[in-house]
Amino acid sequence: MTNNTTRHKVLWAIITVLVMIYALFPVASILATSFKTPSDLTSGKFLPSSGTATTSNYEQILVGDAQGLFLSALRNSVGIALIATFVAVVLATLCAYAIARLDFPGKKVILTTALAVSIFPVISIVTPLFNLWRTIGLYDTWLGLIIPYLSLTLPISIWTLAAFFRQIPWELEQAAQVDGATTWQAFRKAIIPLAAPGVFTTAIIAFFIAWNDFVYGISLTSTEAARPVPAALAFFTGASQFESPTGAISAAAIIVTIPVVLLVLLFQRQIVSGLTSGAVKG
Amino acid sequence: MASITLNHLVKKYGDGFPAVNDISIDIADGEFIILVGPSGCGKSTLLRMIVGLEDITDGDLLIDGQRVNDKAPRDRNLAMVFQNYALYPHLTVYENIAFPLRLAKGKHSEEQVNKLVTDAAATLELTDHLQRKPANLSGGQRQRVAMGRAIVRQADAFLFDEPLSNLDAKLRGQMRSEISQMQRRLGVTSVYVTHDQTEAMTLGDRVAVLKKGELQQIASPRELYEQPRNLFVAGFIGSPSMNFLPATLEGTTLKTAIGDLEIPEEKARTAAGKKVVLVGVRPEFFEDAKLVEDSKRPHGSTFAATLTHTEWLGNEQYGYITFDPAPEMRELLNSLAREMDADELRPQVVVTLDASSRIRGGRESELWVDTRKLHLFDAESGENLTRDAEAGAALTREAAEERAEEIATAQRADGRSESGSANGSDGAVRDSATVDAGRTGGATAAGGKHSAG
Repeated sequence: MTNNTTRHKVLWAIITVLVMIYALFPVASILATSFKTPSDLTSGKFLPSSGTATTSNYEQILVGDAQGLFLSALRNSVGIALIATFVAVVLATLCAYAIARLDFPGKKVILTTALAVSIFPVISIVTPLFNLWRTIGLYDTWLGLIIPYLSLTLPISIWTLAAFFRQIPWELEQAAQVDGATTWQAFRKAIIPLAAPGVFTTAIIAFFIAWNDFVYGISLTSTEAARPVPAALAFFTGASQFESPTGAISAAAIIVTIPVVLLVLLFQRQIVSGLTSGAVKG
Repeated sequence: MASITLNHLVKKYGDGFPAVNDISIDIADGEFIILVGPSGCGKSTLLRMIVGLEDITDGDLLIDGQRVNDKAPRDRNLAMVFQNYALYPHLTVYENIAFPLRLAKGKHSEEQVNKLVTDAAATLELTDHLQRKPANLSGGQRQRVAMGRAIVRQADAFLFDEPLSNLDAKLRGQMRSEISQMQRRLGVTSVYVTHDQTEAMTLGDRVAVLKKGELQQIASPRELYEQPRNLFVAGFIGSPSMNFLPATLEGTTLKTAIGDLEIPEEKARTAAGKKVVLVGVRPEFFEDAKLVEDSKRPHGSTFAATLTHTEWLGNEQYGYITFDPAPEMRELLNSLAREMDADELRPQVVVTLDASSRIRGGRESELWVDTRKLHLFDAESGENLTRDAEAGAALTREAAEERAEEIATAQRADGRSESGSANGSDGAVRDSATVDAGRTGGATAAGGKHSAG
C-alpha cells in the first residue's frame, strides 16, 4: 500500500498545507490582532499597520489595569484545571481498569451512566448547581468548579482509558502474578507503564476540557477568588466605554493558548502509540 | 522440585458447563506431563487451575502434599510460559528475566540477581541480547526470554501453555529439543499443554489425553500408541491417524468393507457376542503383500484391494483405499466422526507401504495386514476390547525408568560442568564444552527411545 511516488508526496503535502491553513489561520489572526492598537482594530487588514505594532495589550493584562483580573484568573484556571485533571485521571484509571478486567454486576450501568452524564447538556445543570452551591457554600470556590469539571472529564477519561486497558494483553498481568506479584504490584509494574501513553492522552484531553470550560466558569463564580480565564475575558473592558477590549482579549487568548501548546509539545513522545509492541506475538 | 497431585478437579463456569470434569493425575517429582487434546477440551483451563489463574470449583490440588486450592498464584511458586510470551515490553531482556527476583524483595542481593540472570541468559544463549527490548527480538528469542523468566527463580514446577505454537515449523523443532534438554538438566516437574502431537509424543514422560473436559487416558506415549484405551485416544494419537473399519465378526473372521481379515483367536474372543465392532488399524500395519517376508506372513492376513491413488514420500508411501460402507455402518462412522470432532469421517483407509512397492492406484493389488497389532473397539462405548492393560503398564514403567536414567545422566553432566567452572580461568570454555557434550548425550538418549518405539 505504501506508494511513495513523488506524486503521492506532493498530494500529501498539498493536503497538509490546506489543513494547516484551515486550523491555524484563526490563531494567526488572533496573534496579529493582539499586537494591534485600539485604533488599528478596524483597519480590515490582517497584520497591524506598519509601525503601529504594539505590545501594549500584553502590558495591559500582565502589568497594567487588567492585571488583577487576568493574573488571578490565570492562577485559578491553572490550579482548577490541574487538580480536576489529576483527580479525574487517577479515578478514571482505577475505574477503567476495573471495567476492562473485571466482570462485576452493574458494569454496563456504570459505563452507560458515564456516557449519559457526558452527553447531558451543561447548561441544563448549571442553574440547579448554582442554587445548590450557594446553599452549601461552594459558590465561588475552587472546589465548586472542580466538582462539575470532574463530571465533564471523568466520563470521557473512563471511556478512553477503558479502551486502552482492553488493548493490554491480560497475559502480562497474569505472568506478573505467577512471577510473584500481588494484584496491586502487577497493576503498578506491568500495566501502568504500558498504559502510560493512554494515561497521558487522557490527561491532556481532560485538561483541555477543564481549561476550555466557559459556562460553569461564568455561572458558578462571582469574584477573582475562583473565576477562570474564559470567564474573566468576558469582564475585560476597554480604556473607555467607547473602546472595545478586542486587543486585550486577543492577547489573553494567546497567553492561555500557550500552556496547551506546551503540553502537547512536552508529551508528544508519550502520546505515541505502539509502546506495547513486543509484549506478545502479533 | 515438587510433585503435583490433581485430585478429582472440576471447573464449572457460570452456566454450569464443566470445562474440566473430575480429573485426577499424580505428577511425580521431575516428571514431564503433557496435556493434549482438541481445542476446547479443557487442557489450558486445567493448566491455569494448577497455576492459580482459574478458580477450582471442586476437588483438591496438592503441591508436595499441601493443598493449594486457595493460594494465590504468587504463593504457589510455579513458573509459567505463556503461548504469546507475555514479556514486559517496557523492560529490557535483563529486567524481564530479573522481574521475578525483583518482586521477591530483599531475598536477593544485586550481585545475586546479576549472577542468576547472567546464568539463565547463558543457558538460553541470550547473553548478547540482555540490553535489548522485547520488541526488537525474533519470535524464538522472545520465547527464550519467557523461558528465562521461568528458570531464573528456581520454581517448584514449570507450566507451559502451548509455548511453541507461535513459532514457525523449523524453530519449533529446535525449541522443542531445547525444552526437553532443559527439563532433563534441571530435573524440574513440568506440565505442558499442546495440541501438537509431535510435541506430545516427543516431550512427554506421560501424556494425558483430554476430551471435553474428561481425561481419556494418561500413559507413556508408547502405551498411548500401542494400547489406547478407547477410540478417541486411538484416533487422536498417531499421524496419519488410525483407520477405523466397521466389521462383523464370524468366528475368527472379520468381515469388513475392504475384505475379510483372519484374526488371532484371542483377539476374536474379546469381541465375542458383539454384532458389530470397529477395527482399528494403523496405516503402518499394512504392507504390500509382495514385500512381506515369509517369516512374517503367517502373522497377518492378505486381502485384495484397489487403491485410488498413492503418495510417494521417499522413505515410504501412502496409499488410499476408499470403501463403501453399508448404510447402518455409515451411521456408525458419522457418529464416530462427531466424537472425534471432525465433520465427516471419510470412508477411506490410509495404508503405509514400503517406498519400493510398485502398487499404484487403479489396479487391484494384494495387501497384507499385521493382524497381531490391530485393535477391536466396541461400536457403542468406543472402548478398546483388545487392550492389554498389563503390556501397556509395562511400557509406561519402562518410560519411567528411562526418564530417571536421563535425569541422572543430565545432572551428572551438569555436576561435571560445575566443578569444571569452579576450577580455573578456563572454566568458561570447559563449561560450554560439557554443555555440548550433555546435549549430544541427550540427543542420543532421545534417539534411542525412538528406535525402541
